[in-house]
Amino acid sequence: MISGLITPAAGGPVIPTFGKSSTCVVQNHQFCMSWFLDNFSSRFQPRLLEHIELTAIAVGVGMVIAFAAALLAHTQSWFETPFSLLAAFFYTIPALAFFEVMVQVTGINRLTAEIALVSYTLLILFRNTLTGLRAVPDDALQAAEAMGLTRRQTLTRVELPLALPPIMAGIRIATVTTISLTTVAAYIGAGGLGEPIFDGIQTGFKTEFVAAGFLAVALALVADGLLVIVQRLLTPWARRVRRA
Amino acid sequence: MNQADSGCVEIAFREVSKRYEGRPEAAVNRLSFEVPPGEICVLIGPSGCGKTTALKMVNRLIAITDGDITIDGRSVNALEVTQLRRGIGYVFQQIGLFPHMSVEANIGSVPRLLGWSKQRIRARAAELLSLVGLDPDADLRRYPGEFSGGQQQRIGVARAMAVDPPIMLMDEPFGAIDPITRERLQDDFLRLHREVRKTIIFVTHDIDEAIKMGDRIAIMRDGQLVQYATSDELLASPANDFVASFVGADRGLKRLRVWTLRDLTLDPAPPAGGDSLPSVEVGRSLRDALSLLLTEGAGQLTVTEAGKPIGTVTLEAITSAVAQDRNTAAA
Amino acid sequence: MQTLINAFSFFGHHLDLFRDKTIAHLAISFASIGVALAIAIPLGVWLGHLHRGSFFAINVSNIGRALPSLAVISIAIGIVGIGFANTMVALVILAAPVMLTNAYVAVDQVDTNAVQAARAMGMRPWQVLMRVELPLAVPLIFAGIRTATVYVVATATLATFAGGGGLGDIIVNEATYGSAGVVAGALAITVLAFAIDGLLAVVQRAVTPRPLRHLARRASAAATVREPLPPLPAPPQ
Ligand SMILES: Nc1ncnc2c1ncn2[C@@H]1O[C@H](COP(=O)(O)OP(=O)(O)O)[C@@H](O)[C@H]1O
Ligand SMILES: [Mg+2]
Repeated sequence: MISGLITPAAGGPVIPTFGKSSTCVVQNHQFCMSWFLDNFSSRFQPRLLEHIELTAIAVGVGMVIAFAAALLAHTQSWFETPFSLLAAFFYTIPALAFFEVMVQVTGINRLTAEIALVSYTLLILFRNTLTGLRAVPDDALQAAEAMGLTRRQTLTRVELPLALPPIMAGIRIATVTTISLTTVAAYIGAGGLGEPIFDGIQTGFKTEFVAAGFLAVALALVADGLLVIVQRLLTPWARRVRRA
Repeated sequence: MNQADSGCVEIAFREVSKRYEGRPEAAVNRLSFEVPPGEICVLIGPSGCGKTTALKMVNRLIAITDGDITIDGRSVNALEVTQLRRGIGYVFQQIGLFPHMSVEANIGSVPRLLGWSKQRIRARAAELLSLVGLDPDADLRRYPGEFSGGQQQRIGVARAMAVDPPIMLMDEPFGAIDPITRERLQDDFLRLHREVRKTIIFVTHDIDEAIKMGDRIAIMRDGQLVQYATSDELLASPANDFVASFVGADRGLKRLRVWTLRDLTLDPAPPAGGDSLPSVEVGRSLRDALSLLLTEGAGQLTVTEAGKPIGTVTLEAITSAVAQDRNTAAA
Repeated sequence: MQTLINAFSFFGHHLDLFRDKTIAHLAISFASIGVALAIAIPLGVWLGHLHRGSFFAINVSNIGRALPSLAVISIAIGIVGIGFANTMVALVILAAPVMLTNAYVAVDQVDTNAVQAARAMGMRPWQVLMRVELPLAVPLIFAGIRTATVYVVATATLATFAGGGGLGDIIVNEATYGSAGVVAGALAITVLAFAIDGLLAVVQRAVTPRPLRHLARRASAAATVREPLPPLPAPPQ
């Protein structure tokens, strides 16, 4: 585990000396664009891709678990409370604390990070999926039954599509939350954009952590925006409502 | 049940009872009546008397406790339940359109289950939309949320008729719709029924709607059938005080609406020069004729058919016709 | 199990450390929440009262929620430098949007019939706001404050990277405190977050007028989901 991060190196920042350094880098300005551009593909791009991968795996696995749990809770309502409580418990634990505790159990590695990240997604995904399933209008269900749709057909053709808007909203929230938590996960060696942030803070080299910070913010905002677009494409009926 | 020559089935209730779990009294109690092929049978009665329960036992949304319901002699319990339901159109007050599906997909729900091709579904949806008075070109691709309540119910009716089922069950279909739109929907539905005859059970709690829509009316109370008769019989001779008060003290006036001038023996057409009298078409109801007599302050009306006078009618003719019929009915 | 026992014994031997760090943790959290409240609530309530700026008021929390907290802190270090102020700037940026959106939605959604009745009685806009809109909006406004507060207390753990102090100092300093200390710190911050959430739940109940309690329950459910669920298509009229 990286320790002593709180104390920036005494005697001024340790500027990495990759060949000749510009004055901007030497004087450690807040952000040196040319250094960033020169080093993007070697230092930031791999971290960015790692970050996306970590997030996608966490949200994907979280969705599978939460979805199965929500389906179960939809038919067996007793299941809702225990699962919600468990998920809410995970959700409230501060990330750094959760990561540190998990390290004691599963060690410093990506698996540890993913376990914690998945745990964080569960509450939002479970609640939103269940809310979506429950909000399906009664009359639509009755019509489906009267038409002779089987239970399975009703689920796949009526309930799930109608539950999509809240499910998509949940995926959106879970994704940006996970992007945020993944930056912290670098602290236990999971990689991702948190790594240059911690590295830069430790060495005191501003451009490095400011650039990584901006990349993480940009990633979150882009992901949020893309998911809004996906949500619109998947639920065309939701926007076209007659204003009486 | 899915044969193309629809409108040819008879529905029969035989001593049908329904007891809900944990309730001592039966919601529907030994209900027996028959709906002849192609007719509209209206179930009416106060709220909670068991209309919806009776209706839903036909497509087995509710299980029958005792007795049997048969369609052309076959018990509804003899069929596989989804098969049964796909052959029965169901329309209810809350409509239940699928908000996430276009109008076309809504109408195509059952056809898709039956494996129809896309083109066939589209053609059928377009046909049905024009039948219920909507515009196939513009409306097929729109979503239910973009329509008014009345338009949504038209779509609901079209969806129920998608595979041309011989039976339609309608539970207060126009109950949540404003009075003016409701009248239009009723008229359009009656026109539709003349074109595409089906056996229909229609639930309402509105006696005017019952009289207008029903070939026959079944009045229920506390789960039991009180009277089953044509609307005219019901108005002319209510079986008891309950029915009399249910149809209203003005049942004489209501009856005038059931009859048209065609049902009367008209006085001979007046000689030329009598065209100063107000005139009325022979297809209009006695109520319209009476109203015209009153507003015009005339003693007599010219009755026309396609604009040509075919006779005259007086206030006395109207009242005596109705009274005479009452005497024969009472006898 | 042994880790847990070690952690508890560490806690028992370092009560003073935990007290000081907890105080520092709460100080930075509540200072940030105070600033966020002062900015976000009046703005949200005012916009809600005017029914203006819904696009801004609703989307600001979408953006605020998307901002990765560590990234915001790191950018703030670059701009403001190391220390208390830096962390506060970051925490305010993270806390204010949720409060603003909830305050806006709370006031904006107050039953228009009640507002109209108040106007018809001759209340001035200010009186309508104070006597009708705000009391009816309290449950939802408070739900936003509660969400933001728990978020800030949890995120303040990261303040340690910016020299902001707090319980995070213990968690990241294994060199000094050992793994027992790290776990003890993690447990302490977890307990603190739950305690604050529970406390605010009680306060929320207390500030909600009895007839509105059912609203409050819905609001807190929405708060955990972190945004009001998008409305489903309108049911047929
Ligand atoms: N699912 C049910 N469980 C128990 N009782 C029911 C149920 N559905 C209806 N009932 C009762 O059965 C009676 C008849 O109801 P219903 O058929 O809905 O009446 P209507 O449609 O004429 O208003 C009522 O007393 C109602 O309370
Ligand atoms: Mg009913």
